Amino acid sequence: MNAIIVSTLLGVIMMFVSWMTTSTRIQKNIGLVGMLLLIAANFLQQKGWWVINFDTKGMLAFNQIGLFANMLLFILTFLYVWINGDEIGKIGNHTADFFAIFFFILCGVSILTSFDNLLMLFIGIEILSIPLYILTGSDKKNLLSNEASLKYFLMGSFSTGVLLLGITLIYGATGSFHLAMPIVNPKTHLVNENFLMSAGLILLFVSMNFKVSAAPFHFWTPDVYDGAPTVFTSFMATIVKAAGFIAFIRVFEAQRIALGYTWPIILSFVIVATLLVGNITAVFQRSVKRMLAYSSIAQAGFMLFALYGNSIFNTEAILLYIVAYSLATIGLFAVLVKMKDYSFDSYNGLAKKHPALAFVTTLFLFSLAGIPLTAGFFAKYYMLNALLTAGAGLWLLIVAILFAAVSVFYYFRLIQAMYFISGEPAINELDKTYELKLWVIAVLIIIMGVFPGFMFNYLYF
Amino acid sequence: MFLLLFLLIPILAAIALLFIKKEQYVNAVAIAAGLFTLLAAVNIIMNKTVSFDATWLPVLNSRFVLQADGVAKILILLTAISFPAIFIATGKNQTHQKNIFLALMLLTQAGLMGVFLAGDALLFYFFWELALIPVYFLCSIWGGEKRIAVTFKFFIYTFLGSLFMLIGIILLYTNTLDHSFAIESLKHANVTPGQSASAFALFFIAFAIKMPIFPLHTWQPDAYEQSPTAVTMVLSAVMVKMGLYGIIRWLMPLFPDAFLAHANIVVILSVIGILYASFIAIRQDDLKRLIAYSSIAHIGLMSAALFTNIQIGVQGALVQLFSHGINVLGLWIIADIIEQQTGTRSMKALGGLAKKQPTLAILLVGFSFANIALPLTNAFVGEFLMFNSLFQFNPYIAAAAGVSVILAAVYTLNMVQKVAYGEISSAVNNMQAVNKNAQAVLIVLIVVVFFTGVYPQPLFDLTADTLKQLFVK
Repeated sequence: MNAIIVSTLLGVIMMFVSWMTTSTRIQKNIGLVGMLLLIAANFLQQKGWWVINFDTKGMLAFNQIGLFANMLLFILTFLYVWINGDEIGKIGNHTADFFAIFFFILCGVSILTSFDNLLMLFIGIEILSIPLYILTGSDKKNLLSNEASLKYFLMGSFSTGVLLLGITLIYGATGSFHLAMPIVNPKTHLVNENFLMSAGLILLFVSMNFKVSAAPFHFWTPDVYDGAPTVFTSFMATIVKAAGFIAFIRVFEAQRIALGYTWPIILSFVIVATLLVGNITAVFQRSVKRMLAYSSIAQAGFMLFALYGNSIFNTEAILLYIVAYSLATIGLFAVLVKMKDYSFDSYNGLAKKHPALAFVTTLFLFSLAGIPLTAGFFAKYYMLNALLTAGAGLWLLIVAILFAAVSVFYYFRLIQAMYFISGEPAINELDKTYELKLWVIAVLIIIMGVFPGFMFNYLYF
Repeated sequence: MFLLLFLLIPILAAIALLFIKKEQYVNAVAIAAGLFTLLAAVNIIMNKTVSFDATWLPVLNSRFVLQADGVAKILILLTAISFPAIFIATGKNQTHQKNIFLALMLLTQAGLMGVFLAGDALLFYFFWELALIPVYFLCSIWGGEKRIAVTFKFFIYTFLGSLFMLIGIILLYTNTLDHSFAIESLKHANVTPGQSASAFALFFIAFAIKMPIFPLHTWQPDAYEQSPTAVTMVLSAVMVKMGLYGIIRWLMPLFPDAFLAHANIVVILSVIGILYASFIAIRQDDLKRLIAYSSIAHIGLMSAALFTNIQIGVQGALVQLFSHGINVLGLWIIADIIEQQTGTRSMKALGGLAKKQPTLAILLVGFSFANIALPLTNAFVGEFLMFNSLFQFNPYIAAAAGVSVILAAVYTLNMVQKVAYGEISSAVNNMQAVNKNAQAVLIVLIVVVFFTGVYPQPLFDLTADTLKQLFVK
């Protein structure tokens, strides 16, 4: 509860900050302090030292895993803002507004990690999505940004409609919005009407797939990610997507039982389609930004594995995957932001001119590709392990790693451009502190790649 | 603790090299690191089995286990000999950013040592990949004209293979009783025969790509040709042994039943590979490609012998792991000298080396004899044992594989004839005095060739414990 309330308050405060000061730098720093406050508030609830609490009639339920997910996403947001603060300041006239939007999104995130009721899921998704439409269109003078925003808004509202319909059908079947639904409908006194229930769950499934950009509901992703200002793409592709996954898992953790044996079949279909579309399309991209958009679809395919089973392995795996994927993606986008154009060629010869920058970029790419000693390896390892433990067929794992090998194809194109092709990189001026910030991410990735356990030690002890 | 040296010396030296820019020190540091590792290796060989065990990933119950048994020791020795030899022999070659080149070479060495020492499956996988990454950069930056595409093919092949192995590891791990990656636990994993066969196949693909076994070999000749020579030496002398080592260390103990069940297929594939590579080698004009194909043929024989699962065959392969490394290293060094001095690798353009550079020609003949496995050379010992086991396995297959001995003689002697004898060609005529360091290395290597050829007992003693583990129940 702490996080929800504090983030809302901070959002409101940030809205008014631009009246007090016009300096982007001060606004940014206030935003960063706000993030720290939010992290602290969540930490206090984790430890149980200071908890704002009132009766939500079972709409929200806070457990350690949800709070931990909050923590991870808040810290990721903090890192994201810390690195990209200056770039955010360059877009639009009112920097503080963007921070307000971030806090509202984080409010949505905290609801999505703790809802216990399908209505709260709906509200969480809406609180998360509406600010995103604004962020996407925040580059007002850019036609692409406007187009992306409109597209995202139309598609997003449609999928929200589907979500609502799904919730309605489930209510019809069970007479309850609660996640732990009664088996017997108290109104009709019938055991869950199977057809209604399954139809509702399938609609829910479709809509959640849309939010996490899983194929075949991914069509908005490349255009929106490409059109949105690059700094915000980075935010959407990481923290927002991660929150979507946590909500996805929360809904289907218990409810999949209603789908019975069809669940693995549907899920496998979506997984394979997502891996296929994401990876194969990414190979043919000419723009790094679009490649990263497709790569985020492809990575979503891996994250969907967490839905296959219902054990602690899955939760651990998705949390680790979220962190590994988000860190690397934030890092890559932070480099991309500094590029003059987004083609692969603009990276040519980067290793000669900025060896340190090229090195950290390589690390990020290694992590996404899942090469050992980086966080990405253990993320993939945990996922595959969870999948196998959940009793998935070996064929699914083999498909997964075949596509992991395909992903090396496009990630390494950047490495080839940086190290093996000579040229003049099209990169803007960099200051030393910016590189230093990227090193922080790189070090985090390495630490998690050597000792993946430390994250969970924190969770359990 | 002592085993950590094999990882620490190269890694620390590599880090140091990043900060040393002066050309003359760079090579000295690398050679010193190589020689220290060699000293450590000699020390290990004198001792009995040693191991190191430390906590690493308590959440996964994976431990940092290093252990040096016979097969590990012989490959550590080979690695420890190869790297300083390569550094000394190619030290004079012109290379831009030499410090980074050598740093990556040393990282490769650390990765290889890790592969040979790891006693924990996850750790093994880690090192397996770590040995690959520096090579990817080495070949792509310093290689020949088509380096980027060729190296990428090599990388994707091996990476895919290792991912298959990862699934195999996970498959076994989830079925172990104590959830551990230790060889002993994996050996007693509670798997159905079907799962065991799948895991066997997954591991085998990784090793087969690395060796490589026909039809997964297509990355190899290109990669050997396009890599800088120093890297080619590492690839063919040491790195291909990773696959064979994997078979001995992991495949044979973990999947005894699946291993026997698939022996026929693998032996036949290997023999096809041997003949195929030998025939192609006959048609080659490029020295590097010729040695590359000849190497495929030799590795094929070793894999066939391992899969016969007969003790003397495995014994032969164990000895040959070492001998093949030494021989092929010698051939590469000679090829490198010739290329550096004449600017060509085409055998048509060479000739008359014996008149111009008699010492080099004698060395070439020596290593060529070893390549054909003539008696008194080290390769004879291993090949004799391996053919023996193949004959016990199936006389017809042995006969087919035996043809490769004749073919080896054809292409090797043809090469010697074209390069060393005949009229002095203009290319050879331009040769300067041969680099003394390289010659010294060659002489040391040729002494090893004939010494182990005449008195191979130390090698047998070294690997006895591995054989005992595999065959004495």
